[in-house]
Amino acid sequence: MVAETTLTSPLRLEGVRKRFQRGKESVLALDGLDLDLAPGQVTGLLGPDGAGKTTLLRLAAGLLRPSEGRVFLFGREGGAEDKDLQVRIGYMPQRFGLYEDLTVQENLDLYSDLQGLDPEQARHRQDELLTLTALGPFGKRRAGALSGGMKQKLGLACALLRAPPLLLLDEPTVGVDPIARRELWEIVQGLRAAGTTVLMSTAYFDEAERCDSLVLLHQGRLLRQGSPERFTEPLRGRCYRVRHADERRRALRESLQQRPGVRDARIVADGVRVLTGPEPVTPEAGERWEPMPPTFEDAFVDLLGSGGAGSVATASAASPVSVGDAAAETVVEVKELRKCFGRYEAVKSSTFTVRRGEIFGLLGANGAGKTTTFRMLCGLLPPSGGSLRVAGVDMRRAGSTARARLGYVAQKFALYGNLSVDQNLAFFAAAYDLGGPARRAAMARAREEFQLAPYGAVNADDLPLGIKQRLALACALLHEPTILFLDEPTSGVDPLTRREFWQRINALAAQGVTVLITTHFMDEAEYCDRLVLMSRGAVLAQGSPTELRTLAQSPDRPDPSMEEAFIQLIEAHESPLRQAS
Amino acid sequence: MPARIWALAVKEFLAILRDKKSRFVLIGPPLIQLLVFGYAATFDLHHIPYAVYNRDPGFASRELLGDFQGSRAFRRVATLTRDGQIAPLIDREKALLVLQIGPRFTEDLLRHRPAPVQVIIDGRDSNTATIALDYVNSILLAFDARWARDHHWGRPPTQLVTRAWFNPNLRSRWFIVPGIVALLTLVVTLLVTGLSVAREREQGTFDQLLVTPMTPWEILAGKALPGILVGAVEGTFITLMAVFWFGVPFLGSVLALAVGMLLFLLAAVGVGLMISSLSTTQQQGLLGVFLFLVPAIILSGFATPIANMPAAVRVLTYANPLRYFLVIVRGAFLEGDGLRALGSQYWPLAIIAGLSMTAAAWLFRRRLR
Repeated sequence: MVAETTLTSPLRLEGVRKRFQRGKESVLALDGLDLDLAPGQVTGLLGPDGAGKTTLLRLAAGLLRPSEGRVFLFGREGGAEDKDLQVRIGYMPQRFGLYEDLTVQENLDLYSDLQGLDPEQARHRQDELLTLTALGPFGKRRAGALSGGMKQKLGLACALLRAPPLLLLDEPTVGVDPIARRELWEIVQGLRAAGTTVLMSTAYFDEAERCDSLVLLHQGRLLRQGSPERFTEPLRGRCYRVRHADERRRALRESLQQRPGVRDARIVADGVRVLTGPEPVTPEAGERWEPMPPTFEDAFVDLLGSGGAGSVATASAASPVSVGDAAAETVVEVKELRKCFGRYEAVKSSTFTVRRGEIFGLLGANGAGKTTTFRMLCGLLPPSGGSLRVAGVDMRRAGSTARARLGYVAQKFALYGNLSVDQNLAFFAAAYDLGGPARRAAMARAREEFQLAPYGAVNADDLPLGIKQRLALACALLHEPTILFLDEPTSGVDPLTRREFWQRINALAAQGVTVLITTHFMDEAEYCDRLVLMSRGAVLAQGSPTELRTLAQSPDRPDPSMEEAFIQLIEAHESPLRQAS
Repeated sequence: MPARIWALAVKEFLAILRDKKSRFVLIGPPLIQLLVFGYAATFDLHHIPYAVYNRDPGFASRELLGDFQGSRAFRRVATLTRDGQIAPLIDREKALLVLQIGPRFTEDLLRHRPAPVQVIIDGRDSNTATIALDYVNSILLAFDARWARDHHWGRPPTQLVTRAWFNPNLRSRWFIVPGIVALLTLVVTLLVTGLSVAREREQGTFDQLLVTPMTPWEILAGKALPGILVGAVEGTFITLMAVFWFGVPFLGSVLALAVGMLLFLLAAVGVGLMISSLSTTQQQGLLGVFLFLVPAIILSGFATPIANMPAAVRVLTYANPLRYFLVIVRGAFLEGDGLRALGSQYWPLAIIAGLSMTAAAWLFRRRLR
């Protein structure tokens, strides 16, 4: 079998088009795609939302039929009916169909039966996979009680039961914390070593760089295919790290982004990373430009543009900081906050403060207690102990006037799905006591600032994810809150939309809005002024991104990235616990 | 504050009406149930299949059998010639009852002796059996009376003269159709409200709602309003259907029914919102609604009288809003009741409404995880 896979391409697409009927419109998800996958390689599939990544993977898995063109698997045109081909493909959709009420072992047994493995063979393979995924100790645990990362690993194990020569993974690392992400990636590396061909879609650039080959899709077409170096090489000499003696990174980024000749500017550790056009840009006084090697993110932005076309206009959302009020500086004050669900302690004794106009990040692995903390701050959950004050009041006891001062965007963008964009806006405006002319003004502003006008009559459910995120943010900002809570606002959103989103957040912070945000993306942590790193309900470390990175410094790793710092700090804290459990 | 409630109510309406499926749920099933209940659910028996095993060669038995033949309630399916044929016929439900007339029936009658007729009846469905027996009895009684008159036996010493009030012909449709008004109003109201909070919880919008300046009571009011309105429209429609389509007389006061319906809707909406705030997913909400609905119907007196229930169960029925509204509906339709006569039914409904609404508002904030 191995010999065969090295000869023929495991997956080849010829002029594939795929049309979907959405309501009355016909949507072209794939538009004449030609693709040839090299055997034994890990190929990354990238592209913005709606580029056709999932459609491509589902076509390859035989779950969809192309409207036009042909799909070859191992040199044969089979489709779902070909049992022989089917057993050679492993497919893991974005949400793998785990049975949440069955245990880990029962899930594996069920999928072994479904895939027709004989019991002897199945047990052997399951043992291998449990070792590979380190899920062995959790065999008796209900799948529903696993953390997000562990669920993904179990899903992967179920897809790998047959040891398929071709593995198709649809965003296996979305919503998974850095530690679990690293573990998943190690499993994929192991598969490559065993000769499996892997095609995986991802939203992470660092993962893309570790792939053997990349496929970049845009609007259903193949934009470019090749090794990561093929993408980055043309950009050599156009990437810099810019530092400024006095200016803060956010302000520096804004000024750089506006400058002619600059394609893209983003905040990274110790400065702002700049991608210039082909012509060199002359630095301004006080700035230090250091050439940097290009990364895949630069290539992605260069090929697809930097999202929100540079400037995102946001009107003044908060009144300027009132002077003379001694308490004005501290907006959120949390002291020894605790929350227990029965005997489980979700948050234990966390203490931190947030100052006005700050972007304050809560980082942590899945289940670290970030969302619980957030919900307590918003008054959605009563704390079991400790004290918290938001804008000087305890939200739990606060009346509606206090609630009117904060904006909240829940995980997964809580919008009314079968209401149109305009109806969603109108409802939230009214819920926040905006009436008559004030409501019309707020809605007009939201439509303009968030470029929602073309979607006015579209149901929220039918919006692309990026637009949904914009609408959720627009709804939370209608009443011009002074404090904004964002719970994983960028999870599952494509890289370009994420950038645009952060531009908006920066603009808001510049106007004095205090922003509290949770995220899984460690590169986003660099945008925050200060961070709290949570693990198992406790605050592990807090400080500026630089301070946190310094904490993780070691002789063999003098300059750790945020992600490395995160993994190191969490593992140092959790390893005794992980062993104990 | 009224603006916020109004905005929420409008949003709820849009959410119900913009979705094709939930639009259908409001119109389709109630209409189907109305027709099913109105036409199919009846206690009256027609065309009871029966068999005859007549061992009497005389004319009296033929006369008696002629009475059965002439009744629209009965339909003869078989004529038997030996004993052994009876059991299979009943076993296979070919006939509901078998009339066995003894060999000396005519002879006994002519000699002024008691002449027994045996009725063997399928008792599996006790209700139907009782009614069928009742019909048989009335035919036999009529036969007796006629025989006594024709053969100059003299009149029997006592005679039963029955007159049914409120429903002179004892038509069960008059009893059932007003009940449907109550039943379907409850079903629709529970479906509209029972899922409303659960749907928002499932989609995460409920948190979004709770962080707005809206108070729990405003949320309650905004969510209750669509339920009450939808229930009222549905209830009124079925009432009109009952009167103008099914021809059930409406003798009481419209106002009395309207007041009762409003109180009943408040109670039903309260229960619906309470169920909804207890559940975290729509599926749980739907299960909760049916968990409430089935006992609520059985313990309401819709089909079986509450008076027949054991004392412990009867106590339970006092917490059932349907129980009171059924009395109100039937009172308004058949008894001609007005506001005063139904006062004793209004206040329990008001109490149930108050309690369930308060519980729902309280649960909004407590059941958070």
